[in-house]
Amino acid sequence: MKLSGAEIVVQFLKDEGVEYVFGYPGGAVLHIYDALFNQEEVKHILVRHEQGATHSADGYARATGKPGVVLVTSGPGATNAVTGIATAYMDSIPMVIITGQVATHYIGSDAFQEVDAVGITRPCVKHNFLVKRAEDLAETLRKAFHVATTGRPGPVVVDIPKDTTDPNIKIDYEYPGEVEMRSYQPVVKGHPGEVSRAIDLILSARRPMIYTGGGVVLSNADVELIEFTRKLGYPITQTLMGLGAYPASDKQHLGMLGMHGTYEANMAMHECDVLIAIGARFDDRVTGDVKQFCPDAKIVHIDIDPSSISKNVRVDIPIVGDIKHVLTDMNKALKASKKKPDAKLLDQWWQQIETWKSKNCLRYDRNSALIKPQFVIEKLHEVTGGDAYVTSDVGQHQMFAAQFYPFDKPRRWINSGGLGTMGFGLPAALGVQLAYPDSQVACVTGEASIQMCIQELSTALQYMLPVKIVNLNNRYMGMVRQWQEFFYDSRYSHSYLDALPDFVKLAESYGHVGMRIEQPGDVEGALKEAFAMKDRLVFLDFITDQTENVYPMIAAGKGHHEMHLSPERELA
Amino acid sequence: MRHIVSLLMENEAGALSRVAGLFSARGYNIESLTVAPTEDPSLSRMTIVTSGSEEIIEQIFKQLNKLVDIVKLADISEGNHIERELMMVKVSTPSDQERAELKRMADIFRGRILDVTDETFIIELTGNGSKLDAFLSAVDSNLIIETVRSGATGISRGSRALRV
Repeated sequence: MKLSGAEIVVQFLKDEGVEYVFGYPGGAVLHIYDALFNQEEVKHILVRHEQGATHSADGYARATGKPGVVLVTSGPGATNAVTGIATAYMDSIPMVIITGQVATHYIGSDAFQEVDAVGITRPCVKHNFLVKRAEDLAETLRKAFHVATTGRPGPVVVDIPKDTTDPNIKIDYEYPGEVEMRSYQPVVKGHPGEVSRAIDLILSARRPMIYTGGGVVLSNADVELIEFTRKLGYPITQTLMGLGAYPASDKQHLGMLGMHGTYEANMAMHECDVLIAIGARFDDRVTGDVKQFCPDAKIVHIDIDPSSISKNVRVDIPIVGDIKHVLTDMNKALKASKKKPDAKLLDQWWQQIETWKSKNCLRYDRNSALIKPQFVIEKLHEVTGGDAYVTSDVGQHQMFAAQFYPFDKPRRWINSGGLGTMGFGLPAALGVQLAYPDSQVACVTGEASIQMCIQELSTALQYMLPVKIVNLNNRYMGMVRQWQEFFYDSRYSHSYLDALPDFVKLAESYGHVGMRIEQPGDVEGALKEAFAMKDRLVFLDFITDQTENVYPMIAAGKGHHEMHLSPERELA
Repeated sequence: MRHIVSLLMENEAGALSRVAGLFSARGYNIESLTVAPTEDPSLSRMTIVTSGSEEIIEQIFKQLNKLVDIVKLADISEGNHIERELMMVKVSTPSDQERAELKRMADIFRGRILDVTDETFIIELTGNGSKLDAFLSAVDSNLIIETVRSGATGISRGSRALRV
């Protein structure tokens, strides 16, 4: 088949099975946009800002496991996309971002809307390409999808100069299918010797702990993780990125760990003698002070990325491989093993954990006359039957959502964990709703975060995406305010948002439904009413208690055992 | 500890900047870096001399391995190897006495004189870094006009080889 470069891009996306492209047109990609016109298979979602395109594609990818695809123009199109690309990179989300570039003969001449997109994105992509010949387009795009979706996933940028897509030059096109790259061969199977050493250590544990992260979700290994954890009967904690892979409502689950993790999860980390880390990367928000991290533990670490192993914390038994494969092998080995966990010791360990649990560390004032943010999240869980896709922005509301919405399924909790990108939640929710039009999608946000990509309310109307925005409006950048209260003697430097918009009117002016809720007694009713409106986006503006803080909290650089609980039950 | 990282990478635009960018972004040391195509024009070979704790060196190898353009790499300083660096030194030769002295010094260090003018020599030397350093300190520093060093390259001894 003879096609132009622009037609090759579109035909390739069809052949690759791409359902949605999130993008924004501009000079350098006009040939590609022309090829998108008058075809139905690849649906283009027109965002209002390129950052929104990347977050929407990212949300789509997180919810479905399929790669998110973005199309933006050169120069500002590419630079606007960078925040979203870095967000996806930090959380290992598979995406392919096609950026237009000025024509090859203009490259390097400071042409109109020229930036070195490959150079700018290099430190925040898994890989990137500049395609200077139309003949190389199909294979390069195939490589981009291959690299983005295999191994440790990540975003891949393909920069395409305008002349490469010239509609007047037709060349042969064939979908490339499988590609071989001698320089890129990710490991899938774990080393059998390490697996059996790990099993031996795991079964001889006296105070075991399982610590899992986003890698389990990315590898679709939830079923294998549940089998592994239940068979052992060991306690499990999940990172912010891992939530949902193991059902939060299960009795073996101790909740999230880390800076705002539960008392029981963090104490069990501190006291354990064998730590089984699966698809988690020992991030500083999880470990606290690495010198005090799991002081008594021998550590097994399963991860697909060798560079994650022993990066922040030295481990004793490393297993490099795809978690789904490794856990399958480990489950087989467990079944075959004659050795069993010591039931008596395990029982003692659980009793210890129960005493930590009895602190009830997520308690908050339920009799408050003001709306407590935790209460809103609990009601959200109730009203949605625990079955919603929940996206979030970054800050206190994100932590409250992670703590108070128990996720029982993977890919339901969608947030920017690594980069911590405010403005992520709304566009991500749009991507999720596109993927699952009949599911309940909530965006938990705050009045500061939501304004960073508020323009996407317009995209939501264009494509009739009935997302429910749960705005926990405390008139502060809540997490900034909390740190200023704790560590800067309550000097609230530039964390108060004066001149907030009327969010109800704002939502209405974008063509949506807006509600303001000021009384705790109205929370449930408002949520029910909003979720009953199946075809409308509803902006729920909850006016919450300004002084509420996220507890428990481990201050930066402290150990897991040095947690602060809420003031009335501070530890001795 | 000083390590010599040898690597083969796809001979593509931007591959060098991926490596250089990785070192600067993660704060790793680069003592020297050399790169040139190999007999297979699709591959370039790079030699990086770096230093750091055991943990840092381990991370450098893992992070380099992760770069999609890198085909293979090895720490050649781990085993027996030969290390060579090339240096050219332009020296001034104001009188016959200096000319004789510099000629003698070049001979002692097995250097070669590549260029002679009324006032200058260019001396070429190869060896490991410390030999080149020794030459520079043996020569009167007032006579040195300019030096250029290639940075270290190296190869493993015996049958060990870095190849695709």
